[in-house]
Amino acid sequence: MASVATDLAAQQAIETAALKSDRFRLEREADWIRLDEIVTKMEKGKTRRLSDDDVLALPTLYRTLLSSLSIARESSLDAGMIDYLEGLALRSYFMVYGTQTSFGRWFKGFFGGGWSQAVRDIKLDIWIALFVMIAGTLIGYALVAGDSDWYYALVPGNFADVRVPGASEAALRGTLFGTENQDGLGVFAAYLFSNNAQVAILAFALGFAFAIPSILLLIHNMALLGAMLWVFAQRGLTVEFVGWLSIHGTTELFAILLAGAAGIHVGRSIAFPGTKSHLTAASDAGKRAALVMAGVVIMLICAGLLEGFARQLINDTGLRYLVGGAMLTFWLTYFFLFGRRKADAMNSGMTS
Amino acid sequence: MSNAATEPWIRRSANPKLDRVMVSPEGVPLNVTVATAGARAGALTLDIIIIMGLILGVSLIGLLILWAFESAFGGGASLEQSGPLNVVAVLWIIAVFLFRNAYFLYFELGERAATWGKRAVGIRVAARDGGRLTAEAVIARNIIRDIELFLPLVFLSSGEASGNMTEFTAWAGFLWVLMFLLFPLFNKDRLRCGDLIAGTWVIQNVKRNLDGVVAPSSEVSIDPANGKETSRYEFSDADLAVYGEYELQTLESVLRTGTDEALLTVTSSICNKIGWEPGVGDERNFLEAYYTALRAKLERGMRFGKRRKDKFSADI
Repeated sequence: MASVATDLAAQQAIETAALKSDRFRLEREADWIRLDEIVTKMEKGKTRRLSDDDVLALPTLYRTLLSSLSIARESSLDAGMIDYLEGLALRSYFMVYGTQTSFGRWFKGFFGGGWSQAVRDIKLDIWIALFVMIAGTLIGYALVAGDSDWYYALVPGNFADVRVPGASEAALRGTLFGTENQDGLGVFAAYLFSNNAQVAILAFALGFAFAIPSILLLIHNMALLGAMLWVFAQRGLTVEFVGWLSIHGTTELFAILLAGAAGIHVGRSIAFPGTKSHLTAASDAGKRAALVMAGVVIMLICAGLLEGFARQLINDTGLRYLVGGAMLTFWLTYFFLFGRRKADAMNSGMTS
Repeated sequence: MSNAATEPWIRRSANPKLDRVMVSPEGVPLNVTVATAGARAGALTLDIIIIMGLILGVSLIGLLILWAFESAFGGGASLEQSGPLNVVAVLWIIAVFLFRNAYFLYFELGERAATWGKRAVGIRVAARDGGRLTAEAVIARNIIRDIELFLPLVFLSSGEASGNMTEFTAWAGFLWVLMFLLFPLFNKDRLRCGDLIAGTWVIQNVKRNLDGVVAPSSEVSIDPANGKETSRYEFSDADLAVYGEYELQTLESVLRTGTDEALLTVTSSICNKIGWEPGVGDERNFLEAYYTALRAKLERGMRFGKRRKDKFSADI
C-alpha cells in the first residue's frame, strides 16, 4: 500500500510540475537513483553482493542515463540536475567499461598465448637488440684485449674481486666451481632476481627516450661480460666460463634481450610513428611492450633461481650446458612455436 | 574536439584549462576534468608513505619472527646460515620488490582504478581514448614509474652514500631526475611519461548528489483561506528579457543554498532591474516564481534551437 501511495504522490508531483523539463526529470529520477545505488555499491567493491536483477539492469540503465543526459543538455536549464547526470554518467561509464578482466582470466590469456604473441610482435626489435648485445660483448672483449686497464673501467669493483686480468687459473677456476656459501643460496637468488629485474625494467623504461639509452645500457652490460670472457679466455677457461654462465644466462640474457627489445620497440614507435599520431603510436607500442615486460619479470625469477641454486649446486660443465641449453630451447619453443597455430587460425577466421 | 569546445554544455569548472571531453563508446561526449599536478603530487606522496609503512611493517614482522625463533630455540640457532634467517631474508626481499612494483598494479587494476593515495585525493586512472582501461596499459604506466621516481631516489642516495660522484655527474643526474619528475607540468593533459606510453590519463572523480527540484510547482500556490489556486506573480515578456542562462543558474544556486539575507539582496536587485517595488517577507516565493517563469521562457527558446548565454547576449 505504501508504494502505491508514494507512486500516487510521484504521479501528482509530475502532473503539477510547471516546467516540461521538471516533468522530464521527475519521470526518470527513479531510474537514475537506482543506477546511482548500483554504481556506489560497485565502487565500494561490493559487486558480488549485487542482485542478479541489478547486474542485468546496469547496461540498460547506463544507456538510458546517457540518453537522458543528451536530452537534458539540450532541453533543461536545471544546472544541479545536469551536473548530477554528468557525474553519474562518468561514474557508471567507468563501471560498465571498467577493467573487467579478472586477474585470473588475464593470467590465463597471458600464458596461453598472449605473452608469446607479444614477443613475436616485436621480432624486429629483438633482432636489433640481439645485434647490439653481440656487438657490446665484442667491444668489451676487444677493448680489454687491447689494453687490460679497460677492465677496471668496465667492471664495477664488487665483481672484480679475484676475476682480474692476470689472475691465476686456479683462482679463476675457484670462482666458477666454488662450493662455498651454499647455505645462503636462497637469499642470493632472491637478491639476484630483485637486482636483475630492476636492470631489465630500466632497460625497458629508458627506451622511452628514443631507445638510445636502452641501447647504451645493453652495450655497457654486455661489454662487462665481454671483458670477463677475455679474463677467463686468457687462462684457457672459455668453455668452463660459458658453461658457468649458460646455466642461468640463457634465461637471464634472453630476458634482458627481451626487455631491451621492448624498450627499443617503444622508442622506435615514438621516433617513427608511421601513419599514426605520435601519442597513439607510443601507447600502442607501450601496451605491447608491457606484456613482454611482465613476462621478462617471470623469466628473471627463473633466472634468479637457476643462478642462486642450480649454478652453485651443479659443478659439472657438461651438465651446466645441458641445463642452459634446455632452458633456451624451452623459451624459444614457447615464444616462437607455441600458440602460433591458434593465432593463425584466429587471423584466418577473421579475414574469411 | 576543437569545435565541440564551443558547445554550451561544456562544463565550466574551477580551472577551465583542465576541462576535457571524452567520447564514450556510445558516442556521447562526457565532461572530464584532468587531475591537477598538485593532486597528483599529493597522491604520490601518500602512496610513497604507505609503501614505506608497508615495508617497515614487513621488516618488523620479520624481526619479530626471528626474535620468536631465537627465544624458542635459544640464541645462535637463527644465526646459522641455513636457519630461519635465510627464509626471512628471502621473504623480505620478495616483499619489498612486490611493494615497490605491484602495489600500484594491484590497485589500479581494481574497480576504482586508483591507489589509496589517489582515492584519498579523489582521482583515478582512465584510458585516454575513452575505451577500456586494460591490464597492459596499467602495467606499462607503472613500469615507467621506475625511471621517474625510484631510480632517481636510488641514484641520489647511492651517490651520496658512496661519495664517489663528481659535481658534474651529480648535477647531470639531478637534471635527469627533474626532467621526468616535472614532465606532467610541460603538457596540457598532465601526462607523465608512463601515461604517454600507456595511453592513459589521470582524471578527477566526480560524485554529486541529486538535489531536489528547484522550484516545485511554484507558478501556482494554493491559498490556505479558500483552497483556490492563484498565481501570485505575473511577469511580462519585458520583465523576463533582462537575464540569460548564466543569471538563471546563479539564481538557481541562490535558491538551493542561499541564506535569507542573500535572497533579500537578490530580490531587490532583480526588482531594481525590472522596475518593481520589492516586497518584504515573500522573497522565496517571488524568486521561485521569477526563476520558473524565466526558465520556462529560456527552455522554450532551447527547443527551437535558440540559446541566450547571459544578459549581454541578444534576447531570444
